[in-house]
Amino acid sequence: MKLFGEKGVERLLTGIAFSAISALLLIALFIFSEGLPFIMRYGLRGFLFSSEWQPQAGQFGIFPMIVATLWVTLGAIAIGAPLGVAGAVFLTEFMPRPVMRAVKPTIELLAGIPSVVYGFIGVMVLAPLIRSTFGGPGLSLLAASIILGVMILPTVISISIDAIMAVPQSYREGSLALGATTWQTVRMVTVPAARSGIIASIILAMGRAVGETMAVIMVAGNAVKLPGSALDSVRTLTANIALEMGYATGTHRQALFATGVVLFVVVMALNSIAGLAIRQKAGRR
Amino acid sequence: MTNKIDIRDLDLFYGKFHALKDVSMAVRQNGITALIGPSGCGKSTLLRCLNRMNDLIPGCRVSGSVALDGRNIYAPDAEVASLRKRVGMVFQRPNPFPLSVRDNVVYGLKVAGSHDRRQLAETAERSLRGAWLWDQVKDKLDAPALGLPLDQQQRLCVARLLAVQPEVILMDEPCSALDPIATMKIEELMLELKRDYTIAIVTHNMQQAARVSDFSGYMLLGEMVEFGETNQVFTRPADKRTEDYITGRYG
Repeated sequence: MKLFGEKGVERLLTGIAFSAISALLLIALFIFSEGLPFIMRYGLRGFLFSSEWQPQAGQFGIFPMIVATLWVTLGAIAIGAPLGVAGAVFLTEFMPRPVMRAVKPTIELLAGIPSVVYGFIGVMVLAPLIRSTFGGPGLSLLAASIILGVMILPTVISISIDAIMAVPQSYREGSLALGATTWQTVRMVTVPAARSGIIASIILAMGRAVGETMAVIMVAGNAVKLPGSALDSVRTLTANIALEMGYATGTHRQALFATGVVLFVVVMALNSIAGLAIRQKAGRR
Repeated sequence: MTNKIDIRDLDLFYGKFHALKDVSMAVRQNGITALIGPSGCGKSTLLRCLNRMNDLIPGCRVSGSVALDGRNIYAPDAEVASLRKRVGMVFQRPNPFPLSVRDNVVYGLKVAGSHDRRQLAETAERSLRGAWLWDQVKDKLDAPALGLPLDQQQRLCVARLLAVQPEVILMDEPCSALDPIATMKIEELMLELKRDYTIAIVTHNMQQAARVSDFSGYMLLGEMVEFGETNQVFTRPADKRTEDYITGRYG
């Protein structure tokens, strides 16, 4: 019983594969066609490096938001990556396997919590805590970094666990048989061998942190200004688009699409840099 | 010759499975002791008891005693890491780390806390020479170890072990992944190494046991059926089951 011939299946799969790619292309095309003309007209330098964002006055400088996005992302990685990788190492190398198998799906459940819930907790618990402990408005770069740091944990932990589990048991045995302790084995053999997978987990987490919108809007404060400290209120690129798209018209609307273009380019650049890093590390082995 | 390792009444369970049954035997100092027997008879398990590699397997319980120089390595106060520095292991599949040749050899020293570059370099050369690998790899010490041919990888694993100067070397079917010529080299190497080290080897290859070992133990279903001088075990086995196995009527 043959429903499709070999050729037919091949063509079908090719078509499906291209439909996914063409969706990506269409989105890119749409954003660029809406945003690029604005950038041409307004001037790339003025758009990227000016700090004045006053749509009513016709001023569209997104520099503060670029800086805010980078800081929030870096902060999230600084918090989430070490915790996540350490958690993955602990679960795979120091816990009995049944415990790990029970805990991993539980951690992955964290990824299923809607981001608005994270934002809610940020507003109700984290922001007041920061306000009373460190001062400032509470809704801040720090709050956004912490919330995002927690939100990326499941990505980092889950993919790092898979990477560490994929390290052959024979490496661990070889190391232990030379008198190494479990910790030495983890540090000198297991984690280096799982390095590319661990880096991949951090890249994916970075992508999520850059793109996250709802939770950030709720806890970052959304003031358009260059942050002077981690306690300042900031607005990220994604937050800017989400906050203003509802009522923006004309040039203002195009400026928001142009913001999308920048976001697109930033994410692509981050991914390629990280991808290069992986290939270099892998090539050295 | 004195006994380097004394195994007394050793029982081992994997969960409910009784894998080693009341095994007693000795490993002579500066000798090669071979463990032979059909697949699943427990010979690898027994070997892995000697440096407590079985500790890694969940649900594994051991009773009885394994004495290294008279001290029970299963005593509550015994240190596993320092035991494994004294009793090293070469595995069935060559398992160099995904590091350079050099970093593989000095791994054990770094683990032990040595970071003096000159000393590391000297030890690397001495160990590689000891494993008859120096001439093949002296120009590619920084090349990845996983790029070496299999038999060189296996000798790299031996070199890596020699670097930490163990007292006993355990070999778990070290030649099963190698071709006959590479096997011969490893066997010659073993005969050379037994001057300075005590060796225990698990092998599927009966000729290998007969060629290199001084003492042999024949195991079946977790029991040590016969243990004695290799000559005697292979020519005048005391047990009928040993004779059947050795003459090829079984296994």
